Amino acid sequence: MRLDLVPRPEPSGRMALLSPVIATVLTLAIGAALFLVLGVDPARGLYVYFVEPLTAGWSLVELVVKAAPLALIAVGLALCFRANVWNIGAEGQFTIGAVCGSAIPVLLPDWQSPAVLPLMLLLGLLGGALYGAVPAVLKNRFGASEILTSLMLTYVALLLLDWLVRGPWRDPGSYNFPESVLFSSAATMPVMGEGSRLHWGVLFAPLAALLAYLRLGTSVQGFAIKVTGAAPRAARFSGFSGGAVTLGVFVVSGALAGLAGIVEVAGTIGQLRPTISPGYGFAAIIVAFVGRLHPLGILVAALLLALTYLGGEGAQVTLGLSANVTRLFQGLLLVILLGCDTLIAYRIRFERRGRPAAGEASRG
Amino acid sequence: MADFAIVTAIVLTVITAATPLLLAGIGELVAERAGVLNLGLEGMMAVGAVGGFAGAALTGSTTVGIVSAGLAGLLLAVPFAFLVINLAANQVATGLALTLLGLGASAMFGESFIGKPGLKLPALDIPGLTSIPVVGRIVFGQDALVYISFLLVAAISWFLFRTRAGLMLRAVGDSHDSAHNLGIPVYAVRWAAVLFGGCCAGLGGGYLSLAYTPLWTENMTAGRGWIALALVVFASWLPWRLVVGAYLFGAVAILGFHAQGLGVRVSSQFISMLPYLATIAVLVVISRNKLVLRANTPACLGRPFVPAR
Amino acid sequence: MDVAPPGRAVSDSPPLLETAGLTKRFGSLTACDAIDLRIASGEIHALLGENGAGKSTLVKMLYGALAPDAGEIRWRGEAVSIASPAAARRLGIGMVFQHFSLFEALTVGENIALALPKKAVTHGLDGTIRTVSRQYGLPLDPHARIADLSVGERQRVEIVRCLLQEPRLIIMDEPTSVLTPQESEVLFETLKRLSQEGVAILYITHRLVEVVEIASRATILRRGRVVGTADPRAESARTLAGMMVGSDIGAVDKPEARMTGAERLRLQGLTLAADRPFGIGLQDVTLGVRSGEIVAIAGVAGNGQQELFDAISGERLAASDDAILIEGRPVGRKGVNERRRLGAAFVPEERLGHGAVASFRLSDNVVLTRHATRDAIARHGLIDKKAATDVEGRVAERFDVRRASPDPRASSLSGGNLQKFVVGREIDRAPTLLVVSQPTWGVDAGAARIIRGALIGLAEAGAAILVISQDLDEIFEVADRIAVMSDGRLSEAFPAGSLSPERIGLLMGGVHHQHDGTSDGEAGHAA
Repeated sequence: MRLDLVPRPEPSGRMALLSPVIATVLTLAIGAALFLVLGVDPARGLYVYFVEPLTAGWSLVELVVKAAPLALIAVGLALCFRANVWNIGAEGQFTIGAVCGSAIPVLLPDWQSPAVLPLMLLLGLLGGALYGAVPAVLKNRFGASEILTSLMLTYVALLLLDWLVRGPWRDPGSYNFPESVLFSSAATMPVMGEGSRLHWGVLFAPLAALLAYLRLGTSVQGFAIKVTGAAPRAARFSGFSGGAVTLGVFVVSGALAGLAGIVEVAGTIGQLRPTISPGYGFAAIIVAFVGRLHPLGILVAALLLALTYLGGEGAQVTLGLSANVTRLFQGLLLVILLGCDTLIAYRIRFERRGRPAAGEASRG
Repeated sequence: MADFAIVTAIVLTVITAATPLLLAGIGELVAERAGVLNLGLEGMMAVGAVGGFAGAALTGSTTVGIVSAGLAGLLLAVPFAFLVINLAANQVATGLALTLLGLGASAMFGESFIGKPGLKLPALDIPGLTSIPVVGRIVFGQDALVYISFLLVAAISWFLFRTRAGLMLRAVGDSHDSAHNLGIPVYAVRWAAVLFGGCCAGLGGGYLSLAYTPLWTENMTAGRGWIALALVVFASWLPWRLVVGAYLFGAVAILGFHAQGLGVRVSSQFISMLPYLATIAVLVVISRNKLVLRANTPACLGRPFVPAR
Repeated sequence: MDVAPPGRAVSDSPPLLETAGLTKRFGSLTACDAIDLRIASGEIHALLGENGAGKSTLVKMLYGALAPDAGEIRWRGEAVSIASPAAARRLGIGMVFQHFSLFEALTVGENIALALPKKAVTHGLDGTIRTVSRQYGLPLDPHARIADLSVGERQRVEIVRCLLQEPRLIIMDEPTSVLTPQESEVLFETLKRLSQEGVAILYITHRLVEVVEIASRATILRRGRVVGTADPRAESARTLAGMMVGSDIGAVDKPEARMTGAERLRLQGLTLAADRPFGIGLQDVTLGVRSGEIVAIAGVAGNGQQELFDAISGERLAASDDAILIEGRPVGRKGVNERRRLGAAFVPEERLGHGAVASFRLSDNVVLTRHATRDAIARHGLIDKKAATDVEGRVAERFDVRRASPDPRASSLSGGNLQKFVVGREIDRAPTLLVVSQPTWGVDAGAARIIRGALIGLAEAGAAILVISQDLDEIFEVADRIAVMSDGRLSEAFPAGSLSPERIGLLMGGVHHQHDGTSDGEAGHAA
């Protein structure tokens, strides 16, 4: 058997939508097999993982709380990937956003003012944007691969956070636990209901998605992003500067990741810790692709990925499974999805080895 | 003699820091020479580390550990090769996906090994030679993977520039269309190169869990796969220059820790940042000369090949 | 097997190569439709046809690079299946490609070694290359890197590589399209010599003069079918042209003289460094184009035409503002859209990826060049989708862009239709200056006629037009004045009537070069 790719005359819109569905189903099938190997009844395993979190009110809230940062980061990444710019340092920009925004409640814990929270959000936004600008500048000025520099900066950011919460920003009253002071109510995201974990910060995600959708579809800037990604030469011919686009999408995606970071700390966690993200910045890459790099699709995809996080926690408790199964599922989903995406541009034809002898086919 | 002891210690730690980079880098160099950019290096190193640790721990043989590390990396390279070669998938995205998959898989399969003592790769003592002061310990007292790393560099250098198969591999990376026109099996060459790259990355990971710190901890690769990727660019795709790069980086990584030992008061986090910052610095410096870099880059790097039939 | 022609009793031995009913389809397009072809040993057999007639598809099947959908290939009378280029080479079929199949980063010797069977590659190969290449008047240095060689030298590598395989049949795909007339003469000598040694040559071209000069037989293709075979020595270029083009298409009418007016484009000492390794820089280029005239720049590809286009369009900036004037305004340091706002329009050589984006719909491709001009396609940073779609419909209608559905993706259009769209998109703006590179490269005759007609119409309406082209026939058809580009320098622009193709050939070789064809490779680099 030989597998041939036959280019389609036009990319298939149907396959573009079908591909994430196929990939999800295949991932579930492999997941079931994996459960079998791990000695868990596959039906029960899949139920605990992918259905149970949807059956209780609190876990639905939790789903949204986890989906929000994923979506917010992924919207920014989608802009980058559309422009063929590879920002894989969102985890770092998320971290720096959280650190910058937290500077106010950590350094000025007694400042109680309605201005605190907006200022924190602004600092988070700016911090992420500036940190995101670094790989863009290094690429534009020196041609350094943004893939590698943005990732290296993530390690630097994580170490910086680690140093802060173990060193200068550690809460003196924390009995040597590596964590900052608990943020005051002025520095905390208000919640939507008494005692709920659902804070108003989750709304940033749909807001960003909507804005990105409109800008991408109708503005000249959005057009610039799409042309740059599809054909850099044509983008230059169209009068757009590749460097400006690179910087633009890096700054925007950095800002969104930074905002997600400070919202996570001020809304969900309430203080700085050595680890503030279960890998949101990397999972958001998967969200962006599953959401077809489309801002609205990303909202759906973020819920799916959030479900794997929740399901993983559930499986840990109920089935005694490792939380790392989640990471495996996420990785699998993206690998399979990218494979399925081939069907958008190509039809696949299987052929027996070798070619039919020329004579056989001469009836025409 | 005390000074010699310090120098010896430093050189030895540089070797241990450089070897995993060199192993992973030489594999990636071959894949890139064939035109395939595999950003999944970090993931393949991670499964190699688990595979190596598990193989050694379960059988009690470090040789089995080495073999299983290489196999683990190779195994993870299989889906990558299928996707980017046969399905013409985007190499950057697929490589990222492979890293996420590899990190996830290694974390999961490695869970049961956390906290367990591992086997350390023995140094190959050569009676008489190893006891030569300073040089003996450094040159003749290393473990098998260190020697393998140098043998690989020499072999790849010879293969690429002295054999017909190596010429074919370089040709595929330079122009897959021309190669196809000449009847060179582009897919087969790329498959072989990617699998070799996976195997080498696995060995690099295995070195971490068998020699660097004979333990398994999650995320123990700590970005070394990405640094190795940068080193291939630094080496401008030349095997011997990769050795220079890897040892330079090994030195940077180790420098900080020795500085700390010598009483320089810097927080450990900042010392840990050094290799990452150094990588950025190196990328900036080598990427500045765009003309030279572009002349050396395999022209088909990252481009999928779909023959017309 | 009923499609095989009955063997004509001319000789007892079967022809070297014969095809019967050879067919290849790409989707709905039948690129080759039941082709019958016979090639005898030692003959120079021309395969004649326009762009898109199916010549390249046919020879790719003969060389094993494409699999036929139907039909048979016979080699020395026996049916064969040529599954790969390697299989073709084993039979004794060699090929010199139109778009080269060389490896830029490798040396001449390495490139040749790759094509030879393993046992043929020995330490003596370098010497063999030197000997054989000199023997055929195509001297080569085995240690030179391909990237450092000129286009003509690269073709020598292809030919020598082919010769070292000792083929019985050599297929050459448009070999002179990249050569100066003088270099072509050297090639013809080589071919005649090979033919005398008994090697058959299948020579693919659309240039009639060459066929009459060297071929002993010609097969003419049109729209994928064989429309005739002829003995070129008994025919004239005119009769061959009739067979090749069919009777329905004539040349565009060019009025004798047009009124020229104000200078709309001026290049003044334009100098630009090469931007890639092995690239060409521009040296002191000076030229003026007036309202109402068409000026053409001739030259062999790769002599700086691309760089010149990028400099005029503003995709690369000149060192000073004064190096380029549009409508008398210095724009050397201004971007492409500022130049467009002054009334300039540009059509680059590459249609897909430069002039248009394959994955975009045509209306989005309208936005590509018109979002910053004054046509209300975009206002206040927002795109008016309706206005863009209107332009798309208007251009499609006026320039007869054939598309399966309204507003399809650019990738779904044929080369000719896409080119009509890309040119039409710019002409629709009613520009006062149009710079167009290779306006009809690779498009069918019908589209070429529409495009050339549109260029002439635009000039008559008062625009200044600069055409960069490798196609001398095209240049003589449309141009009022002709300048020649060589090695990054531009000659003076001569009135079209005062230049002969031979004179242009000399200019292409560079007047300062002694490129008489018999000199060795170094002569071209005396500068």
